[in-house]
Parts: sequence; structure tokens; C-alpha cells
Amino acid sequence: MTRSSRLILAAVALAMALAYPLPLWHIALQAPQYPEGLGLYIAIDRIEGENPHDLSSINNLNHYIGMKVITPEDIPELRFMPYILAGLIGLGLVAALAGRRWLLATWVVVFAAGSLAGLADFYRWTYDYGHNLDPHAIIKIPGMSYQPPIIGGKQLLNFHASSWPAAGGWILVGAMLVGVALVVREYRARPGAAA
Amino acid sequence: MTRMKSWARTGLAATAIAATVITISCGKASTPAGGAGDAASRVYVPPGQHDEFYAFMSGGFSGQIGVYGLPSGRLLRVIPVFSQDAEKGYGYSEQSKALLMTSYGFIPWDDSHHPSLSKTDALNDGRWIFINGNNTPRIARIDLADMHTHEIIEIPNGSGNHASPFVTQNTEYVVSATRFSVPTPQRDVSISEYKDAFDGQISFVSVDSATGKMSLAFQIHMPGFDYDLARPGKVASHGWAFFTMYNSEQAHTLKERNASQADKDYITAINWKQAEQCVKNGKAKPGPATYAHNWVDDADIARHEMLSGTKVLQPVDCPGMAYFLPTPKSPHGVDVDPTGEYIVGGGKLATVIPVHSFSKMLKAIEDKAFDGELKGIPVLKYEATIAGEVADPGLGPLHTEFDQNGFAYTSMFVSSEITKWRVKDQTVVDKIPTYYSIGHLLVPGGDTRQPDGKYVIALNKITKDRYLPTGPELTQSAQLIDITGDKMQMLLDFPTIGEPHYAQAILASAIKDKQVRIYQLEENKDPFGVKAEKDVKVVRKGNVVHIYMTSIRSHFTPDNIEGVQVGDSVYFHVTNLEQDWDVPHGFAITGARNAELLIMPGQTRTLAWVPERVGVMAFYCTDFCSALHQEMQGYIRVSAKGAGTPISFNAPK
Repeated sequence: MTRSSRLILAAVALAMALAYPLPLWHIALQAPQYPEGLGLYIAIDRIEGENPHDLSSINNLNHYIGMKVITPEDIPELRFMPYILAGLIGLGLVAALAGRRWLLATWVVVFAAGSLAGLADFYRWTYDYGHNLDPHAIIKIPGMSYQPPIIGGKQLLNFHASSWPAAGGWILVGAMLVGVALVVREYRARPGAAA
Repeated sequence: MTRMKSWARTGLAATAIAATVITISCGKASTPAGGAGDAASRVYVPPGQHDEFYAFMSGGFSGQIGVYGLPSGRLLRVIPVFSQDAEKGYGYSEQSKALLMTSYGFIPWDDSHHPSLSKTDALNDGRWIFINGNNTPRIARIDLADMHTHEIIEIPNGSGNHASPFVTQNTEYVVSATRFSVPTPQRDVSISEYKDAFDGQISFVSVDSATGKMSLAFQIHMPGFDYDLARPGKVASHGWAFFTMYNSEQAHTLKERNASQADKDYITAINWKQAEQCVKNGKAKPGPATYAHNWVDDADIARHEMLSGTKVLQPVDCPGMAYFLPTPKSPHGVDVDPTGEYIVGGGKLATVIPVHSFSKMLKAIEDKAFDGELKGIPVLKYEATIAGEVADPGLGPLHTEFDQNGFAYTSMFVSSEITKWRVKDQTVVDKIPTYYSIGHLLVPGGDTRQPDGKYVIALNKITKDRYLPTGPELTQSAQLIDITGDKMQMLLDFPTIGEPHYAQAILASAIKDKQVRIYQLEENKDPFGVKAEKDVKVVRKGNVVHIYMTSIRSHFTPDNIEGVQVGDSVYFHVTNLEQDWDVPHGFAITGARNAELLIMPGQTRTLAWVPERVGVMAFYCTDFCSALHQEMQGYIRVSAKGAGTPISFNAPK
């Protein structure tokens, strides 16, 4: 790897540490009665309301449709995801230090696989919350489910839910794109070369 | 000839009528019903938009404060202050009852007159608003962050607390004075001994600059006149306060006539910094007093204490503290211009508006330009303090407010108009009729050193034909008048709660963003509060039953309660678990003799209930909270006295 590629990779790997304090995803809810909106931030190790009481308000509203209470403590992924991210950052730094482009490529592949698995898991949880409803729910509409989108907007009864990456998520997306660019750069510059 | 004349006369009359009709219809086209032609657009606040000002209007005999938006005139809230309010449970719930305690016991009403916004450096600082109770002398403090009453202090040794509260320039004090002089201390004397046995009292109540808490600082013993209104000095005259008085005749019967004989009564000037000094130097003597002090503690529960004793200053013991400024004639309002130099008396029976000069007053004191003295208080020479008189202002001048451009606006009760005049040369520049019989008036920030101007609002006593009639009891009203141009322009009439006396307005931007939306449940310190449904309980102690319950959309926990007996004292302690903006819950139970509760998110309120009949009684939420509001109900079983039904209730594990 070139010196500049190694420096960029190291910088990108370190920048990924910002995904600890910054949330990965944002789900915004808008309804006529909530002109100020409600929102959830999903971070690497926690789920929190956009405003102090949003999570409890959302849970309280969800009881009408029989959705399970969102309890961050009950989501095991929030406990081990920080280690996966630490591993990704570590692998990126090792690749930068070693300067081996195969390590870089491995990093990108692992990163992409991990991200896809994360999104799939996110989908699984939202599917569960949206479909696995209390049969004694107060409001039951045949055929209606309440899974929020992973990306984009969707009308769920009186609420419009929209879901997009948040700052930490965008940093990871950016890191992955830079990683892909570095792979292209390294392999295009010296195709087949050993290092 | 005669016939000719008759014909001619008829012709002339017809022409005159036609001319009048044309004039009227022309007039209507340009200024409909006394308002500016484009008035609607100038007071129109589109749906979803906010007004520019909050106006706080006294509720008069309702005892409350009405909160209005300006310029729309929309009523936003009624703040319960001195009167019980069944709608909100104010004065009924166990947590709020103590606010209405006095030395006479529980007094569920009063007559509130003069809202006064707290000030820093003679500007509205948006922290609190104070208001007087006229009948059972009291001063209340309302916090502008949650617009709830937080404190009420009784003023001892007074009667008719009208010249109140009128805060000083940095909210050092709120003031109080006696409108109905009485024997002090109270004793059994003949009313005919008025001149010798009756006293007035001017009181200074200090305000803690951090918490707002009020305490009686000192009282000044005054001759037995009728002290009517007050206004502390500011900027140039900071450190002084001015009080009008009538009945220098010291009449005790048919005051309407007998207190209206003298050509001049007085404005009393009190140098309160000098008074402070005298108190410090031990010139004040302890006097008898018993009075109530009530405040809301940090658990949001009203507390009541009885205090005794007061510090009384005699004017003879504190030279330089009090002076009388002769003022025509039975003056009502006294108002100080933004610079603090001009002191305007509203001589309600006078034909002019007298304007005293503060600097001339100081000079007159220095020169001892006295015209004798009254009970040890020097009377200054009228010519020595007067800056000028506003000639031909109209009839019955009462109150004056100011704008930022050097103009004053005085309400004319008898001629029912507002007179605009230039302060520096006391010249009338404009007049506008009001409908009808204006009392107070308000300019936003009009008592500060930097008024916000834009509008003057007339606060009228009588409406007669202005609105759709509603039987013999008609609304009072406010009228919004534009003062941005040379000519005042009537824009809007709107009805008010009770009778508005004084009112004050503040830029919405000063307090809008600090409005409390919810009370933090985790900070709920009510000893009967419950923070989660699993913690609810029902506890019997003798014949007292405490029900610790919760409300959240759309159910109470518990909602089935058994084991209560006829004659028990049952307390429903309801905590609203919501932490969401604008989701109060109500609580009402069949046969409640007191009121309902209205519980804000995160708050605990308690309703006392004594079941009188065997049976199953329903309770429910009175505030439409959600789609399942109608389902928000429960039952309590009432057994006969001595029945063995055990206490039971339902709750999640």
C-alpha cells in the first residue's frame, strides 16, 4: 500500500470511533397531535429518545396497537456491537500498519459483511416489533403491521415514520466508501503485485 | 308666509338628514364602527401563529388573572390566584388548599386588581408576576415559567389592599397600602372616632432576588386617609415610591360626598431607601400583627404558616422618609414616566392632569418649601413640585401609561376616552373614544424605562351595546388601539374575564421559550406520588384510606378498589405518569362535594372524598386525553360502616 493509502486508512479507522458517541440511525415520527415530532436514536450500544421522554412516549403510544415495549436492555446486540466495531477499527489499523493490501481488502469485506448483517438484524427487530403484536391490542386493523422502514418514509396510521442514517451511521457509510476507493486504488495501481 | 316658512323648514331638515346620512355612510366606509378600515388585518394572527405579546389582565372580582395574546385578543389561560377554580381543582386539591389560608381561615375568593411584572433595572425580566387581593389584604406571586400561583402573603394591619403590588425597579419590594383606614391594631371603637382612632398603613414586602419569596419588611404608620394607588420611582427617582390618597377630609360616612370636598388631596412620596436606613438604625418599633404566609414548596405542595409581629416606622421617627405632595382632586392613579422624572397624578375629579417633577420635589425638600405638616409629615408647596398641568384633557383622569417616544396616555373615565399628551410640555396631541368608561389602560412595557409601545389597551368597565347582549350580566372588555402613528386608531374589542382593572404585557419572546411543558416524573417529591404502576397501593389507617394511584393513557391503576366504608376519609392521590406535552388527566368521582382534579404530566394531586352511600361509585378522567378517553374509568366499592370487606385493588405485578 502507498504511504498515503495507509495514512488515509488509519485516519478512517480512527474516525469510525466517532460512531460510539454519535447515533447510527434516526427514526422520526410525525403526527397531527405531535407537531414537534417524536424521535428515536439508535446508537451502537443504546436506543434513546430524541428528546428526554420520547422513548417512553413512543412506548406508551405503541400500547394501543399492541406493540411490545421497546426496552433497550432486552436487545443483546446493543451489548456486543461495540466489540464488533472495536474489532473493525482494530483490523483497519492493523491493515494500515502492515501496509498489506490484502488486509485492506479483507477489512472492506468484513466491514461490508458486518454492515449487511447489522442491517438485516435491524430489519429483524423492526419486523418483530411491527408484526408480533398483542392479540388483545386496543386497535386492531386487519392486515396492518407497524414495521418502520429501514430507509425512507412510511405512513403508520396517524404517524408518518421516516428512517435514515444518523451522524454515526453516515461516518460508517463514508468509511466503507473510502475503504472501497482505497482497494480500487491499490489494486488498479499495481495489479497483481505482491504487496 | 307661514306656509312658505314651513315648507322651507321641511326642505332644510330633509337636506340636513340626507347630509347626515351621507356623512355617516361615508364615515362607515372608511372607519367602520369606530375602528380603522384595515383593522382586521392588523390584529389577525393566522392559524398556528403566535401573538407578539402576552397580556396579563387582572380578573377583578373573579380573583384571577387572564392571559391574553396581543394583538389578537385571544384568551390563552385563566391563572387561578385568589379564587378556587373547580375546573382545575385549584384551592380544592390537598396540594393547593393551603395557598388560600389567611388569618381569617380559608378564604376561597378575592378581588384582584393590579398585575405587576417583576423587574430588573426597570425593565420586565419575565420571572414573576405579582397581584394584589384587595378584600382580604394579600399579595400573590405567579411564576411565569409555569403560570401557576406559587405564593400568597397576607398583609397585616391593613384594609382594602388596593395600592398594591407595584414592584420597585429591581423587584426589591412589592408595596401595599390601606384604602379603608381602620383602627390599628384593631379594637372596639366608635366609628365617629375616625379622625383619632383610625390609621393608614404603607407596607413594604421584600422579594428574594433568587427565589422570589416574599416577606414583610416594614410598615409605615400613616394618618387615617384612603391610600389609593401606588407606583415606585425608577431611574432618576429609584429609591422612592408614590402613593395617592383621597379623603384628606377624614370623612367616615357618605365618603362619596364628604371625601370630595377638599380642592387638593395628596400624593405621598416615600423615600424607601431612607426607611430602610431607619429600620437598620433601630427606629422601627415592634408592632402587633398576625398574618398568613403560604407558598408552594419544592415538592409542589402548598404550605401555610402563621407569622406574627411587624416592624412599624413612625414618620416622626424617620425624618426625610415621607412627604405629601398636594394634588387635585381625590387623585386615583399615580404613574411615573420612563425617565423617572415626571410623576403624574390622576385627579379623578380634577379638570387638569397634574404632573409633578421629581427633581423639583427634591429641590423643594432641600429648600424646605413646606406648607405646614400633617401628623409629622411635611406638606410640600404645590407650586414647588408641579412641572405643569395638562389642560383640557377630558373628564375624570384616572391612570397614565407611557410610550418610548415621550408621550403619555391617560384614561378618562367620565368622558370615556384616552388622551394622548406630550410629557415634556404637557400638551394634548390626540384623543380617542373608548366604549365605555375606561378604567386602567396598558401599554406593553408602559411602566418600564423602555416601553415597547405599539398599542394602548383600554380596560373598560361597561360594554352596554358593544356585544351580543347576554341578559343583565354583560361582559367587560378591552380595546386594542394602535399608537404607532400620530393618530390613535381603534383596532379591536375583546371581552375579558371578570372585571379587568390593571393589566401588563410583555414581549412573548421574553417568556415563551421557558414555558414548562411537563413536570419531571423522576423529580416528583410528593410523599403520596407513585412513579410506576407496579407501586400503586391502598392503605387504611383507622378510618382514613390513602389510595396511591396513577393515570396514563388511557387507564387508572388501580381501577377497581374495594374495602372502603361509608364515612371513611378517602384520599385519591393521583399521579399523572405521562411525560408528554399537553396530556393532562382529570379525575372525578360521583358525589364529590369539592371538585375534580386536573393533573399535569408528572404531577400528583389529591382529592379528599367521604363516601356517603353504600354502593359502587364510578370515577373517570375528565380531560379528553386520547381515543380511549371514554374508557378511562374505574369503580370503587363502598361498603357499610363496619362491614368486613377487606381492602383490595388491582395492579400489574
